[in-house]
Amino acid sequence: MAATPPAAAIPHEAAAPPTAGWVLHAEIAVVGAGPAGIAAASRAAEAGRDVVVLDAAPRPGGQIWRHRRREELPARARAWLERFDRSGARLIAGAQVVDAWTAADAWAAAGSRGAAPEGFRLVAEVDGERLEVAADRVILATGARELFLPFPGWTLPNVFGVGGAQALVKAGASFAGKRVVVAGSGPLLLAVGATLASQGARVAVVAEQASRAALARFGAALLLRSPGRIAQAARLRSALGGARYAVGCWVTRADGDDAVREVTLTDGRRSWTEPCDVLCTGYGLVPNTELAEMLGCGVDGGRVRVDEWQRTSVAGVYCAGEPTGIAGVDAALAEGEIAGAHAVATSGAAGTPGTAGAADDRRRLFRIRRREHGVARALERAFTLRAELRDLPRGDTILCRCEDVTRGMVDPAWSFRQAKLYTRIGMGPCQARVCGPACEFLFGWRGQTTRVPTAPAEVRTLAGESGGAGAEG
Amino acid sequence: MDTTHTEVEIEVDGRAFRVPADATVAAVLLDLGVGAFRRSVTGEPRLPLCGMGTCQECRVTIDGVAHRRACMTPVRAGMKVSTDG
Ligand SMILES: Cc1cc2nc3c(=O)[nH]c(=O)nc-3n(C[C@H](O)[C@H](O)[C@H](O)COP(=O)(O)OP(=O)(O)OC[C@H]3O[C@@H](n4cnc5c(N)ncnc54)[C@H](O)[C@@H]3O)c2cc1C
Ligand code: FES
Repeated sequence: MAATPPAAAIPHEAAAPPTAGWVLHAEIAVVGAGPAGIAAASRAAEAGRDVVVLDAAPRPGGQIWRHRRREELPARARAWLERFDRSGARLIAGAQVVDAWTAADAWAAAGSRGAAPEGFRLVAEVDGERLEVAADRVILATGARELFLPFPGWTLPNVFGVGGAQALVKAGASFAGKRVVVAGSGPLLLAVGATLASQGARVAVVAEQASRAALARFGAALLLRSPGRIAQAARLRSALGGARYAVGCWVTRADGDDAVREVTLTDGRRSWTEPCDVLCTGYGLVPNTELAEMLGCGVDGGRVRVDEWQRTSVAGVYCAGEPTGIAGVDAALAEGEIAGAHAVATSGAAGTPGTAGAADDRRRLFRIRRREHGVARALERAFTLRAELRDLPRGDTILCRCEDVTRGMVDPAWSFRQAKLYTRIGMGPCQARVCGPACEFLFGWRGQTTRVPTAPAEVRTLAGESGGAGAEG
Repeated sequence: MDTTHTEVEIEVDGRAFRVPADATVAAVLLDLGVGAFRRSVTGEPRLPLCGMGTCQECRVTIDGVAHRRACMTPVRAGMKVSTDG
């Protein structure tokens, strides 16, 4: 058993990170404390399993429920966080998981004989120290990140992500009084525009690259599937205040000396400039599949492959929420519950009868998941990225912000691997998480292989003995 | 606990500031108007992009440790931050 105080003694918000070099044991380890991870951990811990949850952020909640004070959150978010607190799951906040392997693979790699050990190992960095977690089951709930596409001026100060600006506001930043342009693609644009406007920012325009026709088709699809969302969208639009929702428009460049001062927008026929202090730009979300890939889980089209119980192709590893496809908070919660309940049924000490949930509960969760993925597919079609965005980078436009590799330095005829060798693109500390998906869109480059660690770690975090399944490049 | 008015003192590039106790270093530096969290390899000033720990653009030196992600680090009383701004 783990040598930490019992979970009940550690309120989540105050949980102190364990001391350096600890190995923590758990029946079930959950990576990510967003909606999917919270739901999975709560279900599993409520059924009596010993659950450890690791999240890189200082507080649980993930992207949508990021907060400073719980009172800021909507009732449902608070209810889930309270349920999570009560469940007995142990949260270790500020723990970035940087490596993961199956015990059996490490055993085989070491040339050991006999019965291979079971279970998994995760290595996290907590405040610069190494923490190792040994678990029988792993539930990956690592969420998604934003897709950023390069254009001239996108590296200027005060150009933020759309979700990025949202996250910074939730962490305490203020855009009050700033003149803001929001541009890119997807439903998050309106939500963030509304947040910033309510915070006192002057949102000048929200520019959506998708065409009006595509959005109208999506509107029809939504109306058929879930009428409530139309009202939600309408509320967001009115919350934008005086801002214009410019559909079929996109940013072609940003200009300024020490920070962005104006952006150029176009509808494909006409271009105009818009003065601003802040540009928020983002083109949708990219699933975080790195840890799943390290553990050898099958990934199709950038999504972790799962079965109806959220099981990946590796026995004992589950995946829930955005890494399995971008489908929003309701799907993340349902998938987390399904994974958590099923992991209970297949783990734990003998004599603790597991359950994958009562039949009606299961039907409810499956129904939500099916509905939300249906909406997500319609969203994806509506917000398909237009080809013109591929022509935005100029020769001197930076593609890789870590290594300052420009468009002119790379040849689209290369593979991503060749480009890395010749230019160091994608070799910096973000490990191609930003430029990789961008280059895939621009040039069709694929296969940015995950290498250990998945995030820059202190050398001493990795210095402990390491498995090395998934160690590559 | 109501933390609405709780503040802590931190030092940014050698100057002391009182900042909200529950904010991240990134949020605080943005509100202080820091012009560059870091300089890129070719010397460009950079500010946070993703706000969620992915892009590494927000790296600063905190209490002598370089390359800490400001967006993932809550402020702490007495913290010393240095930027390239
Ligand atoms: C920046 C951003 C802002 C968003 N804002 C909104 C919004 O306002 N409204 C909305 O409806 N949707 C928003 N979304 C969409 C959002 O992803 C989903 O609505 C929902 O939060 C998905 O839940 P999840 O549990 O799958 O993932 P997430 O909520 O993303 O949770 C994943 C968690 O895993 C952690 N994590 C990931 N990798 C590691 C690792 N290696 N080690 C340790 N921890 C790790 C992260 O810190 C995060 O807390 C946003 C997305 C992004 C990227
Ligand atoms: S702003 Fe992207 S990692 Fe901090």
